[in-house]
Amino acid sequence: MALLEIIDVHAYYGHIHALKGVSLTVDEGEIVTLIGANGAGKSTTLKTISGLLRPRHGAIRLAGEDLVACRPHDIVKKGVSQVPEGRQVFTRLTVQENLEVGAFTRSDPRAIAEDLEQVYTLFPRLKERRNQVAGTLSGGEQQMLAIGRALMARPRVLLLDEPSMGLAPVLVDAIFEVIERLHREGTTILLVEQNALKALQVADRGYVLQTGQVVLADTAEHLRLNEDVRRAYLGIT
Amino acid sequence: MGERFRAALRPAVVVGLVGGVMALLLSLVGMVNAFAGRPIITGVLSMGHTLLFLTALVTGMIAARRVLHASRGAGRPVALPGAALAGLASGFPLAVLVLVGQVVNLRAVLQNANPVLYGLLTFGRDPGAGLPQLVLAGALVGSLGGALTLLPGRVSQAVVAGLGTMLLTGLFAELLQGILWDLGVPAATTRLFMVQKGLTVAGALVTGAAGALVQAVWASQTPKVRRRLDALPPERRRRVNVALAAVGLAIVLWLPQVLGSFLSYVLVLVGLYVLMGLGLNLEVGWAGLLDLGFVAFFAIGAYTLAILTSPETGWLALTFWQALPVAVLVALIAGVILGVPVLGIRGDYLAIATLGFGEIVRLLVGSDWLRPLTGGSQGIAHIPRPVLGNIALIGPQQIYYLVVAGCIIVWFVATRLRNSRLGRAWMAMREDEDVAQAMGINLVQTKLLAYGLGAGFAGVAGAIFAAMIGSVFPHSFQLIISINVLALIIVGGMGSIPGVFVGALFLVAMPELLREFTEYRLFMYGGLLIAMMLLRPQGLWPEPTVRLELAESEEPEVPARVTAATSPGQGD
Ligand SMILES: Nc1ncnc2c1ncn2[C@@H]1O[C@H](COP(=O)(O)OP(=O)(O)O)[C@@H](O)[C@H]1O
Ligand SMILES: [Mg+2]
Repeated sequence: MALLEIIDVHAYYGHIHALKGVSLTVDEGEIVTLIGANGAGKSTTLKTISGLLRPRHGAIRLAGEDLVACRPHDIVKKGVSQVPEGRQVFTRLTVQENLEVGAFTRSDPRAIAEDLEQVYTLFPRLKERRNQVAGTLSGGEQQMLAIGRALMARPRVLLLDEPSMGLAPVLVDAIFEVIERLHREGTTILLVEQNALKALQVADRGYVLQTGQVVLADTAEHLRLNEDVRRAYLGIT
Repeated sequence: MGERFRAALRPAVVVGLVGGVMALLLSLVGMVNAFAGRPIITGVLSMGHTLLFLTALVTGMIAARRVLHASRGAGRPVALPGAALAGLASGFPLAVLVLVGQVVNLRAVLQNANPVLYGLLTFGRDPGAGLPQLVLAGALVGSLGGALTLLPGRVSQAVVAGLGTMLLTGLFAELLQGILWDLGVPAATTRLFMVQKGLTVAGALVTGAAGALVQAVWASQTPKVRRRLDALPPERRRRVNVALAAVGLAIVLWLPQVLGSFLSYVLVLVGLYVLMGLGLNLEVGWAGLLDLGFVAFFAIGAYTLAILTSPETGWLALTFWQALPVAVLVALIAGVILGVPVLGIRGDYLAIATLGFGEIVRLLVGSDWLRPLTGGSQGIAHIPRPVLGNIALIGPQQIYYLVVAGCIIVWFVATRLRNSRLGRAWMAMREDEDVAQAMGINLVQTKLLAYGLGAGFAGVAGAIFAAMIGSVFPHSFQLIISINVLALIIVGGMGSIPGVFVGALFLVAMPELLREFTEYRLFMYGGLLIAMMLLRPQGLWPEPTVRLELAESEEPEVPARVTAATSPGQGD
């Protein structure tokens, strides 16, 4: 059984039918990427998983447990945490406070302190700036903070929504290195990306989303070689 | 050359005229008249004139800065003349008013444009002699303002501190005389410095010099002392802190003995507003939930105490101490009840909804429907005084201790909350509700706790208020209380705990001590809030992080260097 299962999910914004029967699975320890053009429904898929948007139809399960009936904070508690699109850190809280909010659903102070150290090891720059308010960080640092904050929940599945968006190439590389490192350490990741080339390089499997529907599902390697994908998303003719 | 100077001086004239219009406004709303009766230096300077001079002073300061700015350094030699010019210009609108007033009777339209005002503006002479004097005084004060801008920061801070001290001692000379008398200072000594309601010239010089000196010493010594404190081992530093806190507490506890009944009453009011301010600060400053109906919880705390303790209602006739926790609990529950319907409402709509709640509570307690319980518009009287041991806390001098105890407890709770998991959840929610939710924060629970705890704090204030006054009436719980509390946390610094104390002292004690202000209270609030937003948006005593943020944002960012160093494992 897959760790995360999404089965035939339909989601709406008012009358807008944003997801038209999306199905996908993520296995333990995998990186699965969801690629697609702007407005395809990638963020909407992540929002329905984390409960911020309730699907009108379909099932979402984490290790066999239903998530659709859960409220967003319970879903975090069950082990799904999200790095929202556009690195939305809490700008007026300090770096450390941001990370502590990330651990909001947990109660063991010792384990939290350990994870805090781990995040600081992963992002030494954040440690230097731990008492600085997050609004004063650069874009790259804020993205690191957003990832660190999501890790503080010690998730079973980490949802990343376009972590490379708007970052300089050198920082995009840095972010993807972090993603690979998390993968090596066994974190399960569902990665949404516009940068399909990069995403397909790190991922095990991928799904291509088009106007709210999955049009392709394959291993990352096959997708990278697929003619349609190359033309549409990798900018290669 | 001349052309350049003229270009540099143009902004000065504009600023001066704007300042003049301000002065005109202050005169026409009647503030100059109202404050003329309050001397700063007896026989020499009244508060009414001081208002005009302060306007000219600020005008001069702004003008000097504008001139410097407009001419990019070239204006430095004309900055001082520019400030003088601005001060001069600021006198003109007033002069025009007086001249027009000689020919036309403006009183029919502008109630305060009367001979008394003209007399003040001309220093009691005829316009021919008085008006040149007024304009010249403007120029003089304007150039002082300019000098303050041009002088090095330390010097001008000392001068401002000196003038401020002189002004405050002059303003409160009458109260100070009483205090000195109570302290056993011989009247003959006091009379050297203060006569009637103001300072003597000698007194003005001495207080001004003292203020300047204290500021100068403070500015030069504070960094050294701080560095020395920081160098101390933590154990010793803790002891220093405890000692300082003990001294502070001793002074606070000793105050009512010297201040007498009236000033103690003022401090009690300040304390009640601190209690409410800490509660509203929790809702608005931390959780980001705007609440314009905060008076409701103050009222509920007061009425609950009244109903439970007064023999009039014939209910339980509990003692104050038995009823207090119930009053706080009822206020807390009321907070939660208010929270439920407004859970999904954000921003402006929340302001309107909560505003309505405040009014509903006031109308309900005054309604015929609840008359058996709340006494309708008659209210409830004969609320027994709190008894501690076998001392009845009767006057403000005794209630004061109750308020201080309340403030200390609530302050302690607020400080703990600020750094708790819940406190961080509030602040995360304030920043972004959706992201907070995605971090696993239960919005419903977190919001209701903010409303409930904030309301509980106000309930403490309400209960003490009821016990102090001995009766409660619906009209004691007007919208203005909500506005006061909100204004004081804005002025003190949104989200800042010490800011609540500073804001309450500033906005509650000041108007209470300057009775002439009462009529202009809202006018002053408006002016003060606009000035705060322009000059010091972070508040008088902001939270450390806010201070940091504003300081940081003034520095240019260097993202390239900063971020390149961020990437882990970049070397491979
Ligand atoms: N809050 C919203 N209200 C209405 N429509 C929305 C909202 N968010 C997204 N949509 C619509 O849903 C569709 C999918 O959006 P989204 O999931 O954000 O796409 P992606 O993340 O793939 O770029 C788009 O057509 C978008 O316009
Ligand atoms: Mg998106």
